[in-house]
Amino acid sequence: MKALLLRDLRLAIRSGGGFGLGLAFFFLLAILVPLGVGPEGGTLGRIAPGILWVGALLACLLSLDRIFALDFEDGSLDLLATAPIPLEAVVALKALAHWLVTGLPLTLLAPGLGVLLNLPPAGYGWLVLSLLLGTPALSVIGAFGAALVVGLRRGGLLLSLLVLPLYVPTLIFGAEVVRRGTEGMALATPLALMAGISLGAAALLPFAAAAALRVNLR
Amino acid sequence: MQIVVDNLAVARGGVTVLQGVSFAVRPGQALILRGPNGSGKTTLLRTLAGLQPPVGGTMDLAPEAAAYGAHADGLKSTLTVRENLAFWAAIHGTDGVEAAMTGMDVASLAHRRASELSAGQKRRLGLARLLVTGRPVWLLDEPTVSLDVASVTLFAGVVRQHLAGGGLAIIATHVDLGLPEAAELDLTPYRARILARDGFDEAFA
Amino acid sequence: MSIWEYANPKRVMQSSAWVLPWAIGLTVLCLVVGLVWGFFFTPDDYKQGSTVKIIYLHVPSAMMAINAWVMMLVASLIWIVRRHHVSALAAKAAAPVGLTFTLIALATGALWGQPMWGTWWAWDPRLTAFLILTLFYFGYIALWAAIENPDTAADLTAILCLVGSVFALLSRYAVNFWNQGLHQGATLSLDKEENISDVFWLPLLVCIAGFVLLFVTLVLMRTRTEIRARRLQALLARERVA
Repeated sequence: MKALLLRDLRLAIRSGGGFGLGLAFFFLLAILVPLGVGPEGGTLGRIAPGILWVGALLACLLSLDRIFALDFEDGSLDLLATAPIPLEAVVALKALAHWLVTGLPLTLLAPGLGVLLNLPPAGYGWLVLSLLLGTPALSVIGAFGAALVVGLRRGGLLLSLLVLPLYVPTLIFGAEVVRRGTEGMALATPLALMAGISLGAAALLPFAAAAALRVNLR
Repeated sequence: MQIVVDNLAVARGGVTVLQGVSFAVRPGQALILRGPNGSGKTTLLRTLAGLQPPVGGTMDLAPEAAAYGAHADGLKSTLTVRENLAFWAAIHGTDGVEAAMTGMDVASLAHRRASELSAGQKRRLGLARLLVTGRPVWLLDEPTVSLDVASVTLFAGVVRQHLAGGGLAIIATHVDLGLPEAAELDLTPYRARILARDGFDEAFA
Repeated sequence: MSIWEYANPKRVMQSSAWVLPWAIGLTVLCLVVGLVWGFFFTPDDYKQGSTVKIIYLHVPSAMMAINAWVMMLVASLIWIVRRHHVSALAAKAAAPVGLTFTLIALATGALWGQPMWGTWWAWDPRLTAFLILTLFYFGYIALWAAIENPDTAADLTAILCLVGSVFALLSRYAVNFWNQGLHQGATLSLDKEENISDVFWLPLLVCIAGFVLLFVTLVLMRTRTEIRARRLQALLARERVA
C-alpha cells in the first residue's frame, strides 16, 4: 500500500506540471482579484476568506482528472483492480496522494496570499486550520468525481460540473470559519461541521468511488 | 489449482458476445484462444480476470490467482524499468524483480525510463510484470504484439518455464508459440444468439 | 406473483398505455380548475395584492422540484438493489422534468420577489438551496448524456444520485447556517403555508395535485420513450450481429 502512495507522489513530482499548476493558479487568482476589485484594503480584507477558499477549491479542481485518468489510459487501473489490495484502498491512497501534492501545498501557500488580500491578522491561524481540515474533503470528493468520469474521453468539464455542487458544504463552512475568525466570533460549530464532512467523506466516499471504478472497468 | 469454466456467457457493452463457453485447464497446461477480431477473446479474458462479471454460467477461478496482461502494459513512462517492476512486486508482496528482468531480457535497461524504450522493449517489460506478480494463472491478450522473432522465442520460453513450474496460462494469440500440451479453443462457434438479457429485446414482442 | 414482475419493460409498456390517458385527463382537469380558481376566484391579499397568486405556480413547482429528486433517489436505489432497467430509465426520465420544476420555482420566485422585496434575487437560504439543486440536476443529466453504454450510465448516475442526495441535504443545512451569518434572523421568508387561510389553501391543494399528476404523466411518457429507445438499440445490436 505504501508503494502505491510513493509511486503516485513520485509520478506527481516527475511529471512536473501536475500540482505546480494548481499552486500557480491559486497564486494568479490572488493577484487578479485585487486587480479586478480595486486596491481598497478594507474591501479586500472582507472578501479575502471567501476568495482564498474559492481559489483553493478551483486550484484543487484543476488536477482532479489526473487521479484516475492516467492510470486508466495506460492500463494500470485494470491491473490495480486485479491486485491484492482492495480498490477502496486504492481510491483512498490516491486521494491522499492528491491531497499531499495539492491540498497541503495550497494550505501552506494560503497565508502568503492572505497578505496580498489584506486578510486581517486574526484570520491567518483559522485560514490554515480550516484549509488543513477542509482540503482533504476536496480531494476525496474529487476522487469520487474522477472515478465517475474515468472512462470518458473528455471528462474534464463534466468532472467540474459533477464535483462543484458536492463542494458547496465544505466551501460554506470553510469560508465561514475564516470569516468568523477574522471577526473574532465563535467558530466551533462550522469548524466541527467541516471536519465532520472531511471525515465522513474520507470514510464513505472511497466505497462509492470504488464502485464507480468497477463499473467503468467492466 | 485448476480452471473450470462451464457454459459461460460474457457481454461487452451490454451486448452478449459469447455464450456456452466451457473448458478446463490443468496445472502445467496452456489454452490458446483463437478467433477473428471481435470474437470476444478480450471480453472472455477480462471476465476470467474478474474485471467484469459473467452474464451466465460458472467459472471456477479465484480472481486473486490470476495475473492479467492486456494490450496496455500499465507502465509509467516517467519511472525506470526497475521502478516499474518494483512497484508491482510491492503491490503483490513478492520479490523477484531481478529475476523477472533477466527472464524477459530487460536487465540491461534497468535504469532507463519507460518512455525511452522501444515498443518491443516496453512489451517485454510488460510481460516481465507477470513474473513479479507470482500468480499461477496468466491471462494474456495478444502478448506478442510488437515483439520481434527473437523476443517471441524468449517469451515462449518464459511461458514454458511458467507451465513447467505448475502454472497455467490462457493466451489469446495469432502466432504459434510452440508450447507443449497447449490446447486450442476456437471461439467462433460460441458466438452469442441471445444478445441482451435486460428484457428490452422482447419489450414489444 | 411478485410485484416486481410489473417492472418488466413489456408489462410497463402495457400498463402505462392504459394509465396514461387517465393521467393526462386528470392533470389537465386539476391544473385548469386549480389555476383558474386560484388566479380569478380568490381575493387579493390585503398586504401583497394580487402578486400573492403566483403561489399557485410557485409552491407546487418548488415541492415537485424536491420530490422529483426523491423519486430519482428511490428509482436509483431500486436499480442498484433489484437491477430493474425500467427503474433506471424512470430516474433518467424524471431528471429533466425535475430540473424544469426547479427552474419554474426559481423564476416564479424571482418574479414574486421583485414586487415584494424590491429585488429579483436575494441570497435567501431557500432560494440558494434551489439554485444548488439545479446544479445537482445539471450534473446528473450531464452524466447520463455523456456515457454511451446504458447500463454503465445507469450504474454511475445511480451512484451519483445517492452521493448527491447526501451532499444536497448537507448543502441545505450549510446554506441555512451561512445566511444566518449574514442577516440576523430570516427577514425574507417564503413560509406561506403556515399562515395561509382556507380561501387560498383549497385551490393551492388542487394545484399541488395537478403538479403531482403532471409529473407522473411526464415521467410516464418519457419513460415510455426511453423504453422504445432501448428497444431500438436492442434491435440494431441484433441486426449488427446477425
